[in-house]
Amino acid sequence: MVAILEQTFRDEWGSVLAALIGFLGDFDLAEEAAQDAFAIAAERWPRDGYPEHRRAWLVTTARNRAIDRVRREQTLAAKTALLQLEEKVRGEMSPTTFRDERLELVFTCCHPALAIDAQVALTLRTLGGLTTDEIARAFLVPEATMAQRLVRAKRKITAAGIPFRVPPDHLLADRLAAVLAVVYLIFNEGYSGRGALAAEALWLGGSLVEMMPEQPEAHGLLAMMLLHDSRRDARRRDGELVLLADQDRSLWDVEQIAQGRAALDRAFALGGRGPYVVQAAIASRHADDPPDWRHIAVLYAELAQLTDSPVVELNRAAAVAEVEGPEAGLRLVDELDLDDYRYLHSTRGELLHRLDRDHEALAAYGRALALTSDDAERRWFTRRISELDPTHSPQEGH
Amino acid sequence: MKYMLMIHQGTTPTPLDPAAWATLSEDEQQAIYAAYNTINATPGVTPGNGLQPPETATTVRVADGKTIATDGPFVDTKESLNGYLIYDADDLDAAIELAAQIPAARLGGAIEVRPIQEW
Repeated sequence: MVAILEQTFRDEWGSVLAALIGFLGDFDLAEEAAQDAFAIAAERWPRDGYPEHRRAWLVTTARNRAIDRVRREQTLAAKTALLQLEEKVRGEMSPTTFRDERLELVFTCCHPALAIDAQVALTLRTLGGLTTDEIARAFLVPEATMAQRLVRAKRKITAAGIPFRVPPDHLLADRLAAVLAVVYLIFNEGYSGRGALAAEALWLGGSLVEMMPEQPEAHGLLAMMLLHDSRRDARRRDGELVLLADQDRSLWDVEQIAQGRAALDRAFALGGRGPYVVQAAIASRHADDPPDWRHIAVLYAELAQLTDSPVVELNRAAAVAEVEGPEAGLRLVDELDLDDYRYLHSTRGELLHRLDRDHEALAAYGRALALTSDDAERRWFTRRISELDPTHSPQEGH
Repeated sequence: MKYMLMIHQGTTPTPLDPAAWATLSEDEQQAIYAAYNTINATPGVTPGNGLQPPETATTVRVADGKTIATDGPFVDTKESLNGYLIYDADDLDAAIELAAQIPAARLGGAIEVRPIQEW
């Protein structure tokens, strides 16, 4: 019983909240009303039975609660709002035909006029249904800080007039990219250790695809996340990082790989060739045994053209090294202006080692070690250094 | 909603600095004037005034009933306001779109969009 309630909450929170925000025009009032409605459901449904149209039940109940709330407030502003609300209720009373307004909600939450950390928090709170405390813990900030962040973001939406709508065509491409970036950022936070966030991002990615089935990049993002996540269990062994080439493939989640590739196929079928689609294609080729490095290098070249990113060029160099040898790879690496990037130095270290230039490789790994702030990475670079130079005592970074 | 679009010229060449202004071609100069004309004629826009450069500013404070006037703008010279307009727009997206049409936004400056307080 509790499971059904939790599942309903999970599935319906975003839609119910979106419908209420669309109707009430106020995030806080909508959130309170939605919480009221779910609390009432938790009490009544197990006792009286589950309604046929759960979302409609929840929205209607929440709407009535919101009107009650506004009615109790004695201010003129509240009375004006009430008149408008009651008019709207009369206008649209068919409870089974609620439009799904989650898209409006996600575009509002990911509006570029909000700070990126606020976009992330709002998206997790409203669409994902996470509590403020859960979001705070996931991002390792105090709950009060996260609460403040959410309050300020909601205040800005109202005060600055951020519209609750799906952007018009001429803005859509940029704004869609912003939405996808938020979900990807959540995924990356989860990828670097906090698994709950990765799961949340996958769920959000699935919702985006459901809401925008015609957008290839949405499919591409979902595909890429699924393909990366499929290797989650193989990325670490006893807490230590394991490179892709050394991973135990039996730990890869074949089901997720298949899902990722299916999503990628849909993106291709829609004519997708954007950055997420290409990254998903690369992740898909990485899952081959053995990986088709020639194809991967070509895809990285395509991605570099799309993103103009030296980090992508670095990845291309690593793929080229697999096809044409370490010398060719190193030549590309040394053209890059990425001196502060630890993976530039670890990639150089690896290629130099393959060229039997261990002295230089040691220096490169030393640079990588100095640039990282991640404990697992620090241990990994330290291990590489002691492997290359047995006289070097294996000391932990700090 | 009403917004104030505050124009910060930054390093934008303007006629106030003839040497910098002369680095623009005649076509570019005409394009800038034309852009401002279009913006000022946009429905919902109440054109503001351009301001003399921040070097001409005087900042006034009152302490213990005594008026203290100091030379220069309140904020850093390079951050100071150079002009403004008021825009009565549907929403922030509309205000951002208009702000993006202001030449300073692409020529080295920036536009700050602030909702006007309604009482």
